[in-house]
Amino acid sequence: MMWLWIFQPQFGLLNTILRASADRLVGIGLMAPGWAPPAWLNDPAWSKPAMILMNVWTAGGSMLIFLAALQNVPPALYEAAEIDGATRIRQFFHVTIPQISPAIFFNLVIGIIGSLQVFNEAYLMTGGGPRDSTLFYVLYLYQKGFADFEFGYASALAWILFAVICGFTAMIVRSSALWVYYEGDQP
Amino acid sequence: MSVALRKWLVFLLLCGLSLTFLFPIIWSFSTSLKSLDQVFEFPPKLWINDAKWENYPRALTRLPFFRFIGNSLILSICTTSGQVLTASMVGFAFARLRWPGRDAWFVVLMLTMMLPGQVLLIPQYLLFHWLGWVNTYKPLIVPGWLGGGAFFIFLFRQFFRGIPRELEDAARIDGATTWQIYWRIFLPNCKPVIATVAILAFIANWKDFMGPLIYLSDFNSCPISLGLRMYQAIEGAWVNYLMAASLVALSPLVLLFFFAQRYFIGGLLLSGSKS
Repeated sequence: MMWLWIFQPQFGLLNTILRASADRLVGIGLMAPGWAPPAWLNDPAWSKPAMILMNVWTAGGSMLIFLAALQNVPPALYEAAEIDGATRIRQFFHVTIPQISPAIFFNLVIGIIGSLQVFNEAYLMTGGGPRDSTLFYVLYLYQKGFADFEFGYASALAWILFAVICGFTAMIVRSSALWVYYEGDQP
Repeated sequence: MSVALRKWLVFLLLCGLSLTFLFPIIWSFSTSLKSLDQVFEFPPKLWINDAKWENYPRALTRLPFFRFIGNSLILSICTTSGQVLTASMVGFAFARLRWPGRDAWFVVLMLTMMLPGQVLLIPQYLLFHWLGWVNTYKPLIVPGWLGGGAFFIFLFRQFFRGIPRELEDAARIDGATTWQIYWRIFLPNCKPVIATVAILAFIANWKDFMGPLIYLSDFNSCPISLGLRMYQAIEGAWVNYLMAASLVALSPLVLLFFFAQRYFIGGLLLSGSKS
């Protein structure tokens, strides 16, 4: 609801701000006049970026998981690294990243599964339009199953998606042996 | 550049970013205090001089909102506590116990996340219908007590695998049982994760719309997610009232977050192991 309003092309919040800043830039000569902000959800070219922006804004869940992982990094490791003369940047790459790699792995897998199943935003806000630019796979599946009542076709669609997600996940899981570090797994 | 100046710059940057993320919330709060004319005013104003606090009682008395919120509290608390408890147990079993077929079962667990939920609606409904649970809270609460969902099990497993073996071995030498290792070593050392799971699960249960829509048809047992949708259908055109009702519906989540926040700070393991 709120998002529909923010992205509304003429009076929407985002475009009001964009237009005001563009006017400023034109005023000091950094931009040529006549620029118009995108129509977001009404424009097939901009509807997907608008959805991406929305999802970035709601990334709080993954952030929470990273926060929990960061809290679990033992401070002693940083102290040891500092004594060995490691800079903050090296500490980040050689202590923080390996220590939180199980959480990165988790967020990566969940993120891929979740994005391939994206549904709610399109269902509630655009219904797949404009010109099918936000007709995501699961939305199409839902329409086939629950609007056209072609349950067999919809179930087949679901299994194909299932196989695709399986493939992606299997690839990440395979690669995880190379970059995910579990403190408790060492011999 | 001095340290103090740098700190201030970082602080300002963080404030700016937080404002960007908070802006939609601030905006809906300001909208909830406007009259309908002011809502559609152009250009829109963020600050309003004559705040209409009476919008709140006006919006909240149209439907029994407080009963809906009470229903949501019962549902979310019952489900979330089950999810935290059982998902952590299953996660522990996947991370630390050795049993036949463990890795195969983990694959099965992951697979349950990959099938789009929409496909499962009908089979699940049939199952709960067969059990005679339709129109009760059971279809919404009981699954939470049976493992709590692949997402949370996977999350707990990731964190439990990061706990050093030494801690577990030391406990075992002291004669701890597996249950005691789980309850007295793993759980206390994973407070940030427990808080994360509790928050994420509570939010998901609070906002769950599909579940209650399918399984509950009695007006008086509706949770707030359904109540808000009903309100939107009745008076959705009054954006200011709708915003007021939505904000009240969200407020328990904010309270929960403030309450859970202290578990994110400190409480950290490895006081004993690792020198």
